[in-house]
Amino acid sequence: MPEARLGKRLFLQGNIAVGEGAIAAGARFFAGYPITPSSEIAHHAAYCLPKVGGIYIQMEDEIGSISAIIGASMAGAKVYTATSGPGISLMNENIGLACMVEAPCVLINVQRAGPSTGLATKPAQGDFFQIRWGTHGDHSIIALSPATVQECFDLTIKAFNFAERFRTPVFVLMDEIIGKMHETIVVPNPQDIEIENRKLATCLPEEFKPYAYNEDLVPLFAPFGDIRINKANGSGHGQDGFPDNNPDNYDRLVRRLNDKIEKNKKRICLYKTFNCQDDTEILIIAYGCSVRPALAVIEQAARYGLKIGLLQLQTLWPFPDEIILKYSRKVKKIIVPELSLGQLRLEITRYIKDIPIKGVNKVGGMSITPEDIIKVIKAGNEE
Amino acid sequence: MKYTGKKFIKKDSLPFFWCAGCGNGIILACLVRAMEENNFTQENTVIVTGIGCWGKADDYLNTHTFHGTHGRALAIATGIKLAKPSLEVIVLVGDGDGATIGGNHLIHAARRNMDITVIMSNNLNYGMTGGQYSGTTPYGSITSTSRYGHGEDEFNISELVKAAGAAYVAKETIANPLRLQKFISRALKKENGFRFVEAMSICPTHYGKENRLGKAAEMIEGLKKNSLKIDLIKDRRIDELTAKIIVGEYIDREVDGYIKRYREIQKKAQNKK
Repeated sequence: MPEARLGKRLFLQGNIAVGEGAIAAGARFFAGYPITPSSEIAHHAAYCLPKVGGIYIQMEDEIGSISAIIGASMAGAKVYTATSGPGISLMNENIGLACMVEAPCVLINVQRAGPSTGLATKPAQGDFFQIRWGTHGDHSIIALSPATVQECFDLTIKAFNFAERFRTPVFVLMDEIIGKMHETIVVPNPQDIEIENRKLATCLPEEFKPYAYNEDLVPLFAPFGDIRINKANGSGHGQDGFPDNNPDNYDRLVRRLNDKIEKNKKRICLYKTFNCQDDTEILIIAYGCSVRPALAVIEQAARYGLKIGLLQLQTLWPFPDEIILKYSRKVKKIIVPELSLGQLRLEITRYIKDIPIKGVNKVGGMSITPEDIIKVIKAGNEE
Repeated sequence: MKYTGKKFIKKDSLPFFWCAGCGNGIILACLVRAMEENNFTQENTVIVTGIGCWGKADDYLNTHTFHGTHGRALAIATGIKLAKPSLEVIVLVGDGDGATIGGNHLIHAARRNMDITVIMSNNLNYGMTGGQYSGTTPYGSITSTSRYGHGEDEFNISELVKAAGAAYVAKETIANPLRLQKFISRALKKENGFRFVEAMSICPTHYGKENRLGKAAEMIEGLKKNSLKIDLIKDRRIDELTAKIIVGEYIDREVDGYIKRYREIQKKAQNKK
């Protein structure tokens, strides 16, 4: 990157980098409820948003928070909230509402150890399926997960772009380690940041339908207050937004809500590879905080005489099955380190049937270490 | 009648799906007339509903609408109003939606003095789901989930919203639509703060039938008979007020409203280096 294109270098906490990313992406509305370990994102929003003419509001609970951002989004604002697993549990009903009314919104989940109140200050990766299937009914969802503070900034911007592009809730799935750690990041100059906004309707008011079908599968948007009348409707609706319980109509609606994301998988699925060669024998697949011990193992691999590669998933949902298949084609074994009892591993087993998949799993609230991963690799080799 | 409010009604959605004798049609008529009286427009009005019989009111309206989830209309409306303060935001909730599942949002929106208007249709039970008891069902009532008489006391919801800090609170029954419309119109006219109008309604299908209150006409007579104007209650003994519907303006006070307060916060933030 030429020097002129580089922006500021900042030493930031992961949670703060998310907040900076949100504002850089154009977000101007935050509604939330305090919860560890995500609270710095709210502190940052409360301090920074009024400075740029935006809104911070602390609602009475997480149900109110998600409701308020959905309302604000339909009025045209770029919106976000931040919470942890218990907060997502409360938000789940209205995450479905956001899918249904097609309200762009970014939901940041800084994971902590569950279930229930669990360990409020300890990291976990136990919400992998919660964010995918927490709300009821068939729906699709987008989730991105950073493993560095730089990615906290970059992927938050991507999350807003995807939310706006596909008119859908998008998760940024963090964890206590990534949220609370400090690293130096480079914040690009504003003109170098790619920003995507929802596509607005330009038709005559009498021709406007808030849920009109088009080839893109994403309806054109008219905010509340527009001369084109918007009917946001969480119940079964026709293209005009009025109730429609016809089975064919509803079947078509639910399929469209899924297809608009699933058919754009190639564009949405972001990832990184480290040391993935033609002769790689062991592939580690990881996301979030578990990427970091895996990187340490890659660095030490030669010392153990092992050919190890790492596939870092930055997009978790829609699930990047094609990318996983591509990088695991020639390997002899897959290792999946995660701070859960094997949620990511379970999803991988749906696609990989002929290669042994070993988990490195911890749920006590402590990070996975490189030694934990090496131990599992070695144990397998002795079999 | 000077104002018809017809321009806000989507005619091809009529007739209403509500049961014969339901009070919702009367409340909706009062609302659209009051909107016309206050020069509201289709483009500049957002009507937010929750779930329940009254939550279906948006089906008949051609303003911007948001038909959300059960109990959450007030929180959704809070987001809409904050994001675009130039909009007129009206929230339609029933007693189940607003006073029961959404009770927390109601008291906090009132405390915060969000600059929105709430019209609550109170028919003393959950109509849509089959006449179960709600937070406003009176003690002793028979409902589909209180077969031996209801064991809980009800909220006086207008008193609750007033106590929470709302700028304007009024209550009237559907038996007196002119006064109901007047109160709604005053609520809409007020520029700042949280405005709440409780419309005492009837549910002949469930509550009326279960409690042998007769058909709609008799129930409306009952509302009239039991109504007592708020300025007259001072002279009454407590036992005379039991089972009375205290109608009138509970409070009408000048407040900043949250939008104005937040604009001041934005100014402070922008002046700080």
